[in-house]
Amino acid sequence: MSNMSKPIKKKVPLLTELRTKKDIYLMILPFSIAFLIFTVAPVLFAVVMSFTNYNVIQTPGFLGLENYINLFLNDDLFMTALQNTFIMAIITGPVGFLLSFTMAWMLCELPDKVRIFMTVVLYGPSLAGNAYMIWGLIFADDSNGFINSWLMRLGVMDSAVLWLHDAKYMMTIILIVQLWMSFGVGFLSFIAGLQGVDRSQLEAGMVDGITNRWQELWYIVLPSMKPVLLFGSIMSITGAYSISGSALTGFPSTGYATHSIVDHLGDYGTTRLEMGYASAIAVVLFILMVGSNKLIQKFLRKVGT
Amino acid sequence: MIKWIKQIRATGGFRRAFVRYFTKGRSNRSVAGTMGLLIFIALFAIFALFPVVFMASNAFKPLRELYRYPPTLLPQNPTGQNFRDLLDYASDSLVPFTRYLFNTGVLVLFGCAGQILISAMAAFALAKFEFRGKKLLDNLVVYALMFSGAVTGVPNYIILTRLGLMDSLWAIILPSFASTLGLYLLKNFMEMLPDSLIEAARIDGASTFKTLISVILPVVKPAIMTVFIFTFQGLWGNTGGSYLYTENIRPLSYMLSSIAASGIARQGMASAASLLTFLIPVLIFIITQSNVLETMATSGMKD
Repeated sequence: MSNMSKPIKKKVPLLTELRTKKDIYLMILPFSIAFLIFTVAPVLFAVVMSFTNYNVIQTPGFLGLENYINLFLNDDLFMTALQNTFIMAIITGPVGFLLSFTMAWMLCELPDKVRIFMTVVLYGPSLAGNAYMIWGLIFADDSNGFINSWLMRLGVMDSAVLWLHDAKYMMTIILIVQLWMSFGVGFLSFIAGLQGVDRSQLEAGMVDGITNRWQELWYIVLPSMKPVLLFGSIMSITGAYSISGSALTGFPSTGYATHSIVDHLGDYGTTRLEMGYASAIAVVLFILMVGSNKLIQKFLRKVGT
Repeated sequence: MIKWIKQIRATGGFRRAFVRYFTKGRSNRSVAGTMGLLIFIALFAIFALFPVVFMASNAFKPLRELYRYPPTLLPQNPTGQNFRDLLDYASDSLVPFTRYLFNTGVLVLFGCAGQILISAMAAFALAKFEFRGKKLLDNLVVYALMFSGAVTGVPNYIILTRLGLMDSLWAIILPSFASTLGLYLLKNFMEMLPDSLIEAARIDGASTFKTLISVILPVVKPAIMTVFIFTFQGLWGNTGGSYLYTENIRPLSYMLSSIAASGIARQGMASAASLLTFLIPVLIFIITQSNVLETMATSGMKD
């Protein structure tokens, strides 16, 4: 009985725990079932399928790493998709994040009515599920398209530009549209977080000689916003990797100029029904999303501590 | 109005009143900085609003203005014809318009109610109780925020087929119950509630579930509204895609997006349809925005 003095972690048998806390386990049960079936199982299922040649019709055979080898060594289009996705993610992720934060901070400098109005105006595009149709009309290819006709009338160009079908411009247009939609859930949490910054801390700062808004932002606001910034970064990164170019520029896009991983996945998963190969793409996308998120979380947690 | 002008006079002229209003009376704010902010924000407001104005004005343009060269931003002779055409089309279509509306109603009602209840139960357990597996579930909920439906789409299609749920509204509703954003927000919001609230209910003899329904849910109303708007938004925009292939179980957004995709001849109608699809979630957001922001204030990631 020598170890009696040490605090022992009491290990209740699982069944006893289940019985005594029955009500609590029952409360998490419905969610756990849904989560297991529609999130955990699909991820594991995708990993397993990625090692097979499953195509819905034939019995699947085990391929080992063949799908992954093909993906990285023999599928040039996947390399294009990877590259395009990186361009989209690197620009819309960090830029969208910084823009959301900067805008939220600016709005919180302004009177309540202005702030509320602008919150609705900027968050609105995230609510527009059919945004691509509007942009499709604005950047319509013929000389009757809004941008085309105006640029031609202003004498900037002589003839209509195929904005959505000329590889030179397609990526830029996608980036513009994505930035238009970048004031999403993260933006809302920045606004809310900034509203919640302790007033007394700001007043104390004024007494301590903070003479302008930039100092206030750097020394008081940012450090207290860290948890919200972490949340916002997750929203930005996950969103940035989910961009599908084909929604605006059609599938396949001209010269595959805006072909993204999500487009490649859709092509194999829902059109060709090569589920095994599609699963390998999904697994790569999963690793990219979770990996980038973990990396940025690690980095952001270190900043300012 | 006169009173207003007098007030401005009293505070030292229009310029001072303007600066005071936009700096919220804080003395450590420069006038130049404030002007800069206003200009920057105005530019973004134009960028954000332009497509919306474009869509709205197209919806009110008569057909010949839609194809006029050069195109105008605002309609010259606004008309409600596109909305009337939309109504005619909807009442003439093979599947009655009310059927689409009913399907969307079912989707939104069951989807939102189910997700609010299921997430609230799990969030309450995670926020206020200790149990085995809590840490794991907590981590999984955060991990799930880090990837999107694109990853799970292909296997989910197979799973739903195997469960025999394909081509039923359940194929859209049930997977939405697994979404973790709402649960995460509810959990963070509930963590701020004092434990004494739960203790009091327990002393009164309420079960855990009863405590949640009658004590907790009324206090976390802002978070519930937030889960509602996010869930609604997802379900409202969902066209059913490849999950629903029988025409009479498809939702309203499917009908509206198929009009929008049906090309040049129906562009006026399509704009009217797009405007309606867009306005409904925006209106709900405007109504609930103060609740949403109150909830998002607790959205931070803890260490």
